[in-house]
Amino acid sequence: MTDTSNLLLAVRGLKVAYRTRDRVIEAVRGVDIDVRRGEVVALVGESGSGKSTIAHAIMGMLPPAASITAGTVTFDGEDLTRLSERAYRRLRGQRLGWVPQDPMVALNPSHRVGRQVAEPLLIHRLASKAEAKTRAIEALGRVGLGQPEIRAEQFPHELSGGMRQRALIAGALICGPALIVADEPTTALDVTVQKRILDDIGALAASSGTAVLIITHDLAVAADRADRIVVLRHGTVMEEGDARDVLRNPQDAYTRLLLASAPSLSSGRRRHATSHPAAGAVRPLPDPRPPLVAVENVTKDFAVSDAGGHRGTFRAVDGVSLAIAPGETLGLVGESGSGKSTLARIVLGLVQPTSGEAKFEGRALAGLSAAEERERRRQVQPVYQNPFSSLNPRLTVAEIVGEPLAGFRLGDREWRRRRTLELLDQVGLPHAFAERLPAELSGGQRQRVAIARALAPEPALVVCDEPVSALDVSIQAQVLDLLAELQHRHGLAYLFISHDLAVVRQVSDRVGVMKDGRIVELDTADEVFRAPKHPYTRLLLDSIPGRRLAEAS
Amino acid sequence: MISYFLRRILHALIVLWATFTATFFLLYVLPGDRALSKLGADSGGGAVNLEELAKLRAEMGLDQPVLVQYLRALWRALHGDFGVSGQTGGDALAMFATGVPETLKLAACALALGLALGIGWALLATYTRSSTIRQILAGMPVIGVSVPPFWVGLVLLQFLSFQWNLLPAIGNAGLASLVLPAIVLAIPKAAVVAQILSRSLETSMKSPYIETAISRGASRARALLGHAFRNSIIPVITALGMAAGQLIAGSVVVETVFSRSGIGLITVKAVTYQDTPVVLVAVVFAASVFVTVNLVVDLFYPLIDRRIDIGMRRPTIQGA
Amino acid sequence: MTMTYPRGEGSAAAGRPVSRALGELRIATASLLRQPGLLLASIVLATVLSAALFPQIFTPLNPLRGSGAARLLAPSAAHWFGTDQLGRDLLTRVVYGTGESVKAVAVAVMVGLVLGSVIGLLAGYVGRWVDDILMRVMDVLLAVPTLLISLAIINALGFGTFNIAIAVGIGSVASFARVMRSEVLKVRQMPYVEAASFAGIGPLRTLIRHVLPNAAGPVLVLATLELGMAILSVSALSFLGFGAPPPAPEWGLLVAGGRDYMATAWWLTTLPGLVIAITVLSANRVARALDRRHAATF
Repeated sequence: MTDTSNLLLAVRGLKVAYRTRDRVIEAVRGVDIDVRRGEVVALVGESGSGKSTIAHAIMGMLPPAASITAGTVTFDGEDLTRLSERAYRRLRGQRLGWVPQDPMVALNPSHRVGRQVAEPLLIHRLASKAEAKTRAIEALGRVGLGQPEIRAEQFPHELSGGMRQRALIAGALICGPALIVADEPTTALDVTVQKRILDDIGALAASSGTAVLIITHDLAVAADRADRIVVLRHGTVMEEGDARDVLRNPQDAYTRLLLASAPSLSSGRRRHATSHPAAGAVRPLPDPRPPLVAVENVTKDFAVSDAGGHRGTFRAVDGVSLAIAPGETLGLVGESGSGKSTLARIVLGLVQPTSGEAKFEGRALAGLSAAEERERRRQVQPVYQNPFSSLNPRLTVAEIVGEPLAGFRLGDREWRRRRTLELLDQVGLPHAFAERLPAELSGGQRQRVAIARALAPEPALVVCDEPVSALDVSIQAQVLDLLAELQHRHGLAYLFISHDLAVVRQVSDRVGVMKDGRIVELDTADEVFRAPKHPYTRLLLDSIPGRRLAEAS
Repeated sequence: MISYFLRRILHALIVLWATFTATFFLLYVLPGDRALSKLGADSGGGAVNLEELAKLRAEMGLDQPVLVQYLRALWRALHGDFGVSGQTGGDALAMFATGVPETLKLAACALALGLALGIGWALLATYTRSSTIRQILAGMPVIGVSVPPFWVGLVLLQFLSFQWNLLPAIGNAGLASLVLPAIVLAIPKAAVVAQILSRSLETSMKSPYIETAISRGASRARALLGHAFRNSIIPVITALGMAAGQLIAGSVVVETVFSRSGIGLITVKAVTYQDTPVVLVAVVFAASVFVTVNLVVDLFYPLIDRRIDIGMRRPTIQGA
Repeated sequence: MTMTYPRGEGSAAAGRPVSRALGELRIATASLLRQPGLLLASIVLATVLSAALFPQIFTPLNPLRGSGAARLLAPSAAHWFGTDQLGRDLLTRVVYGTGESVKAVAVAVMVGLVLGSVIGLLAGYVGRWVDDILMRVMDVLLAVPTLLISLAIINALGFGTFNIAIAVGIGSVASFARVMRSEVLKVRQMPYVEAASFAGIGPLRTLIRHVLPNAAGPVLVLATLELGMAILSVSALSFLGFGAPPPAPEWGLLVAGGRDYMATAWWLTTLPGLVIAITVLSANRVARALDRRHAATF
């Protein structure tokens, strides 16, 4: 903070409050942030930390319900909080660039991409229409889009998510701003795309001397790119400093918690204190028991047809075989569209494979009688990604957890009542929650309810499809610990699906890597992470943010 | 592309056929013995002569099985013969057709007026930043859809024509006679358009691409007109498809209030005198208008929304 | 394992304490007091309903008998709404007309709600060819404007308030069916419905316990919205003369009855029409509040 001559952005004592109908919520409670010219600063916090509110306050784009109640935002010597809307408009797009969160929806669907990239030039009257068009094409080329002339003439829906984010970056950079504010710029993108985009933002900023303020929930992302890191919680700065210092020697307890729960490749298998026989082996010995479930050479085609009625098929799963032994965890990792969720649904028996066979305890699913199918469903339980939509909003927690007990006619009413409370104990929820509705619970608590429901009929296998992706990192860690503990206690097998390699590594005995419907690599977790054989696995591992994090620890 | 249009047209024809069929069974089969009721009405409720009844039944084709009656009626309808009007003794379709030009004139005026009013209203309500003005602007359309059109017509007549003598009260003479009916017919349309467009604009103005535009330095007006408006218009166009049919229905009430000749008045008279062939024509006509307008609307969608492309798909490039 | 598995056990209400229902009632009352417009609308609807049930507590006069001396009197303290050409008190006639109109509207909305919900539920939950056939039939109902459907049905059934009500109800079946179907489709693909199939629960029980309660909200909101529409349609049809025959007091008919005296007695058309407009407005206001509340809860 000594070198003030180089200071580009100085946020001092910033307070932002949201007015609701009957109360005022302070989202930002006196925050100081410095960004020097050409510097990359990361603002890190979990949901509700106020990080996005700060970004919007800097841009002068707070929603009508929010207002700055105290503090200053000095940009290039000028206090932005005193600026008129008209004067602010002249800064936005020209001196202040903005990269939004979700590229899939941040472009106007009915305008061509080139026109949208060029828009800042036209708004600020910096170029004629024809000139703006050529400069937009140049800018698209600069952010790494191939064939920029063609891209400029296309509509957003014709571009992939990564391409759209590049177009948005091109638009943010086109006027040569002094500062770019990037609000979770890659959260909505696949991990391999995320890495390239972040690299590009860094490189472009460095080459043009533009300073970057990256807002992120992901400490690993911040660790890899930022010169300095600001850690935010509940609207206040917990820790601030040089990125390496913060990572190597965190001063604040919350930063340490974040660092500890950030899933990284260095952290090993998360398991319950006492080792578990089936999960402990480094190399899976041939298990004498038959696999619990197995799929053999399954392929799934979906019929797709566009509005013109042209029919075709999309192969979601392509000749996959795998088996899950009792008590083991098989992790399945892949980017969106890799077919991992379809495979999970085949294992659950919810999707009929086009060819090949899914088996439960050695018997083909298709050949089960109604009673056997019922028993299979008792033994194979799902846990879903989104705990908001997997719980019926009109039932209480007790009703939800007790439903499988009643459904499978286990015990009498009194026994079921006691068992329901026992299940709440096991997932770490107080008995008082029994009469609450899902709406009264947090995301992590809801996922605990969903896990309790899955455990209720004493299954042998739980299929978890992205069970922690909707949760904050610190909550993720708690839920993963819970899953490990329950596995130890009940000898459960898991099929654990995630896009996040680091998370998969923490829970899995074996890991399968999926791409374009195929399993390109399937081996023990240690083998996959230590000595990946397939080039795609290596690409995935390289893309994982948090290398500096690993170095630091 | 062609196959898309052909499929839309085929669907439209099926809806028309189904409408004819359903209405035929409703009007001709459900009510019971029409010969008996006709005879009963003619004889003033006196005793019915069985021989006459049988003769009339044969005349009306009622001695045939229902299916034969239906197929015969369908065949005739395909040739433009919907039967004979009970009121005039002439061709039902021809009689109904005399009202079409006047009603179309009225409906077109009302539609144009309703659209202009509704769109302007919604833009104003979305643009204004004063929450009081916005609430007032947003409240008006609710009133617009809540007032009975026949009552609005009568109140306007009462004051503008009877008290102040500004506009002609009834009839079809000249442009002046069109003003009041068009306003009455336009009010609910304008109110619906304003409500739908306001809601749609509000959603659009909250979407991330508007934030992107603002972050580039765009003014509120530019964001509203240049970005939000075009993406918000689709629900209005869908509603217009519905409104076309409703305008025909609205003309029933408005033409009665203002004693304007047109298909609305013809339909009311037909129902009043149980002139079933004309009622059948009215229903099939309304369905044809609906189907045609929606066909046109369907063809317009791809021009408005770039995401709906019908078969002319450019390949989407995967990966960055 | 004791095989005591009572059928009704575990239904939505079983484990819910009464205090929750009371709490919701208190919240509803509080929000009513915060919104004066909504409060007023609720009072109007309550008044209309009580006028329909007990007209005699609102007026001591007879709706059918007038006094020859009091013909076509303008509104005054004695006759708030004035009198008609036969010297009958207009307010009394409006009050007594309420019953007929409310009955017709109730029948119309019930017909639409019940038929439409069943059709929508079947189409959405059973799917496949059942869905195809039912929705094609609904396409036909949508292709013909509601008023014309009603006119055709009246042509078939004959005149009268009850027939009008049936006709208006059938005219609204398609919108109920469409909303119910789309809600059922939306709810059916929710993970909690899928999870139910792993809780040993059959399709019928899933429908009753998981799908219906979560799909019903928008349909009930539509029903309140249709309330206003039905008042308009019923009064329009009786205005056109297809309802009860003249001496009977009915809202639409009262407006129509004043047409011959427009030049001299403005109140005969204006005031009954105003009553209709205010009632519809109130119904729509309440519907909007329910809609918002629903949108806020989910």
